[in-house]
Amino acid sequence: MSTTTLIKPMLKIENLHAWYGESHVLHGVNLELGEGQLITLLGRNGAGRSTTLRSIMGMVDRRTGSIAINGQEFITKPAHRISPDGRIGFCPEERGIFASLTVEENLLLPPMVGADGMSIEELFDMFPNLANVRKRMGTRLSGGEQQMLAIARILRTGARLLLLDEITEGLAPVIVKTLGRVIRDLKTRGYTIVLVEQNFRFAAPLADRHYVIEHGEVIDTIEAADVEASMDRLNHYLSV
Amino acid sequence: MDPMIRLILAQGMLGLNNGVFYAMLSLGLAVIFGLLNVVNFAHGALYMLGAFLALILYSYAGAWVGLDALHIGFWPALILAPLMVAGFGMLIERFMLRRLYKLDPIYSLLLTFGVTLVLQGLFINFFNASGTPYPGMPESLRGVVNLGFMMFPKYRLFVIIFSIIVCFVVWYIIERTRIGSRLRAGTENPELVKAFGINVPLMVMLTFGFGTGLAGLAGVLAAPIYSVSPLMGANLIIVIFAVVVIGGMGSIAGAVVTGFSLGLVEGITKVFYAPAANTVIFLLMVIVLLVRPNGLFGRQS
Repeated sequence: MSTTTLIKPMLKIENLHAWYGESHVLHGVNLELGEGQLITLLGRNGAGRSTTLRSIMGMVDRRTGSIAINGQEFITKPAHRISPDGRIGFCPEERGIFASLTVEENLLLPPMVGADGMSIEELFDMFPNLANVRKRMGTRLSGGEQQMLAIARILRTGARLLLLDEITEGLAPVIVKTLGRVIRDLKTRGYTIVLVEQNFRFAAPLADRHYVIEHGEVIDTIEAADVEASMDRLNHYLSV
Repeated sequence: MDPMIRLILAQGMLGLNNGVFYAMLSLGLAVIFGLLNVVNFAHGALYMLGAFLALILYSYAGAWVGLDALHIGFWPALILAPLMVAGFGMLIERFMLRRLYKLDPIYSLLLTFGVTLVLQGLFINFFNASGTPYPGMPESLRGVVNLGFMMFPKYRLFVIIFSIIVCFVVWYIIERTRIGSRLRAGTENPELVKAFGINVPLMVMLTFGFGTGLAGLAGVLAAPIYSVSPLMGANLIIVIFAVVVIGGMGSIAGAVVTGFSLGLVEGITKVFYAPAANTVIFLLMVIVLLVRPNGLFGRQS
């Protein structure tokens, strides 16, 4: 497996193993991405893509191996230090909108992790739908609004590395299109992004590199330039 | 004024006075239950501890440090005793409860029940089991106030007003501030709150301290009214659990409103059929359990 990263890696994961209780879920994941890059984790449901993100965030029962962010080792950090020390923003698969908090409270919940987070006004510019529902409770949002809130929430904190889990899942095509625009915009603003994605058509034009995960390991790595030539392989991996 | 109305108002005031303690204690229980999912059986014992600390600060602490003339009075005790109870609560959370979170909640209930028995045993050993009057009531709160329909002890009126303010402040902190929104979020999904960079174990410890501190505060307020006795909390906690069942676990406003209302109901029942006053709350509990098992303000779980 060869990667042709010339940029110094911002995130470098080596031999990552993770457990939920007794069950061994990740079996030695290796991946890396440079600052400003976007990678996707592709694969079938249950392959270990979400667990890879959750392991980075310290949301598994046990993890071993190495997770280096800007050269600093994160594998032994307590969960609540990971986001501030790594300037990471995490957007979980189930979106994680708090039902007993208003939109505004959800937005203000995560503590700042860097100085240059987007302002509330900028965020409402980026997601105009949210501006109209500021005072509404988290539960009373549509799926699309919840997803936008989940992304806006981490952009406010000044995070530079974004871990986004299945952000297009279950959303209408028009919203998926909006999200595609947002991700492209974030990339031009220099964010580094890991995208767990089921929707390859959504992910393909955005990514610098694709990692295919199966049974808790990376089984293939495909550079953006090689996607055309690797379509057969990809179809094979992603078909059920 | 019609004597009947006068009687109802008077008993209502006395009932409200009991309701104050129901409200403050069930409020603390609700705060703790919300974030920790722990039914803190020791809440009554911590209320007792608060009352005893007030008594000790006034009657014994001076002598212990060789200053016989030093009596640490009601006002300092109103701040010191709850802080000490909160500190004690945080130790219980940090070194005992924290080990049990992964187990069934029944274990933490049993643990706090054990803490209750130990505390009661200790105080029965060293103090008069039938109660000691608290001599430190401040001069400014002695005497009575004419409410028009009755002469009401000034101190009790102070307790009612003070407690309403405390309950409102606690409600405001939890429902309307940034700290409160973190607490509510932690109640829903502690794992994600932690991933956002919030030190959830610390927050849990402080919350437990805060909830138990409220019990300690109620204890200090109770000291001048009831005599300070090792079993004062044991008698109250049973009623408090009935209040919590009626109000529904986990609702802050629900705990407060139910606490005050049930005090009132109890008081007014005295007017019509005095022997039922002590059981009316339990009767209501049975009805609520049958009709609305989650409590009047409870969330569907």
